[in-house]
Amino acid sequence: MRGRGGQAPAPVGGAAVIRTRGLTKRFGRQLAVDGLDLTVPRGSVFGFLGPNGSGKTTTIRMLMGLVAPSAGVATVLGESMPQSLGRVLPRVGALIEGPALYGFLSGRDNLVRFDAADPTSDPRTRSARVAEALERVGLSAAAGKKARAYSLGMKQRLGLASALLRPRELLVLDEPTNGLDPQGMREIRALVREVAAEGTTVFLSSHLLDEIEQVCTHAAVMSKGRLVVQGTVAELAARAQGRLVVRTADTERAAEVLAAHRVTAIQVIHGQLDGRVEGDPSGVAPVGSLDESLPELCAALIAAGVRVRGFGLERGTLEDAFVALTGEGFDVAG
Amino acid sequence: MSLVEAAEAAGAAPRVAAGPDRATVSGFLALFRSELLLTFRRVRTMALLGALAALPVLIGVVVKIETGGLHGGGDGGPPFLAQVTQNGVFLTFTSLAVALPIFLPMTVGVVAGDAVAGEATSGTLRYLLVAPAGRIRLLAAKFTAALAFCAAATLAVALTGLITGSVLFPVGKVVLLSGDTVSLGESLLRMVLIAAVVAVSLSGLVAIGLFISTLTSSGIAAMAGTVGLVVIVQVLDTIPQLAAIQPWLFTHYWLTFADLLRHPVYWDGVLHDLGLQALYVAVFGAAAWARFSSRDITA
Ligand SMILES: Nc1ncnc2c1ncn2[C@@H]1O[C@H](COP(=O)(O)OP(=O)(O)O)[C@@H](O)[C@H]1O
Ligand SMILES: [Mg+2]
Repeated sequence: MRGRGGQAPAPVGGAAVIRTRGLTKRFGRQLAVDGLDLTVPRGSVFGFLGPNGSGKTTTIRMLMGLVAPSAGVATVLGESMPQSLGRVLPRVGALIEGPALYGFLSGRDNLVRFDAADPTSDPRTRSARVAEALERVGLSAAAGKKARAYSLGMKQRLGLASALLRPRELLVLDEPTNGLDPQGMREIRALVREVAAEGTTVFLSSHLLDEIEQVCTHAAVMSKGRLVVQGTVAELAARAQGRLVVRTADTERAAEVLAAHRVTAIQVIHGQLDGRVEGDPSGVAPVGSLDESLPELCAALIAAGVRVRGFGLERGTLEDAFVALTGEGFDVAG
Repeated sequence: MSLVEAAEAAGAAPRVAAGPDRATVSGFLALFRSELLLTFRRVRTMALLGALAALPVLIGVVVKIETGGLHGGGDGGPPFLAQVTQNGVFLTFTSLAVALPIFLPMTVGVVAGDAVAGEATSGTLRYLLVAPAGRIRLLAAKFTAALAFCAAATLAVALTGLITGSVLFPVGKVVLLSGDTVSLGESLLRMVLIAAVVAVSLSGLVAIGLFISTLTSSGIAAMAGTVGLVVIVQVLDTIPQLAAIQPWLFTHYWLTFADLLRHPVYWDGVLHDLGLQALYVAVFGAAAWARFSSRDITA
């Protein structure tokens, strides 16, 4: 899709690729997914974010018809799951909880096997499609090697190749960069962007905030089986208040002035010659806009004799948003 | 120029699916073919077939060496053993009679028990199901491949039996159990019939193994469970106090294949056996289907 950038297309009611209502899964006494209402717009790269154990994989298994929901409903590509999985799943590529391969088969034969499992895929074009998928993930040279000799990154890419054996409307990737080195992560993310650019909706689960920020247009945040929030990445990041950052050698004086102007949560970080004073400026302009009151704040600093070397707002990150929403650090949960 | 435009300009097929494709007959059958290939490409399958093929050679060599000591005996050993020295063809029947109670079902238990559970252990089951293989179709393909293994296993015993027998012993007209003599050609035909009956006799066990295989996500547990069950049932079949239930044990009529070496052929036992196998396939096939179609795949 063209024009994908910071501003993603707004979710349209009818065009949802995935929609769940009250989706719930209970394993014995453990509530893995709790009343999930999720809407994934067509054409989005949708980040499904949550710490380990927050219910991402269980949700994906329900969407793919592997696990029956305890309550609630899910539709994928407009059809209810798991009732319509025979019609839906050929149009969906999936990587669920890491790759799984036949170690005694070559990479190529693994793909042939998974393609043969789909009754709607054409046996006459099979070898051509397998070769193309291998090419796409850069495994053509290793296609004849036994899969057990593959590195984790190669296995992950072969898994992706099997998800890309046919043109897909939806690609579901469950933590596709888990366990990979930075180079491997970059390769996978580049591939995700490429597939998305062709118009395939991508549903990407991750416990890495920066991954979601880097590749996704939309995101939903899970915590302990519940959906905390969903929306465009831009909207979510905007929820996190930007921070005012002042660079100066006169950090103490600057902090005093800022505090007098109702800047809260002031942090002073000393450097060698210089320091940073950070604070939440939301109290400065309770009625007017922050943009209008910032110059006044700057003037006040200078009037007080603070030697200002840098002054500005830093954009909020998804991590700030997550902390603000759940009241906990991202890594400690789960 | 975006990638989409580039692709369109090049006249390439779109990469985004437009809608659902229809399943085709060849597409439907592809999984059955794939399953067969997978079964026979496993080193384990070849090792099992190799072990089965070694059995007639072992029996043949032992009989050849011990020939002197066998005279006067005749009662204690496996069926047809006494005839082997006169006619090598009988080594096939002896080998099948030795292999059928334990060795053959053990190998079948390994293959059938591992069929679904092994894929769950390796995680490939979830990728087959999201392909989507379809749970019933996958089960049917597994059942078919396991039956093909039964045929291959029986053939491995019968063929090496025939070859070893004709190398080590004289071969000629066959004297049947009823005392009638038939030509070598007819005896070979009967051998084919017997091999087919033996292979089909194992189908009940295949269904049981497949059912056990749907109960667990551990391939080892399912294999051990199925093989263990064979041993237990064989023991139960020998306890006189259990005579009432023995006709319902899937192993009970297995050795009736010897009746096919009479003239005229005595069909009662064989038909009982085949009927019982059909019953087991129906009951355990339905159980496997019920279990597998409702099971959560969390492995
Ligand atoms: N098969 C299962 N049996 C019991 N509990 C499970 C099972 N699968 C997942 N859970 C539990 O459900 C919760 C969510 O797990 P999961 O969906 O795997 O989370 P995530 O993918 O976000 O890490 C966890 O607490 C996990 O222990
Ligand atoms: Mg997970």
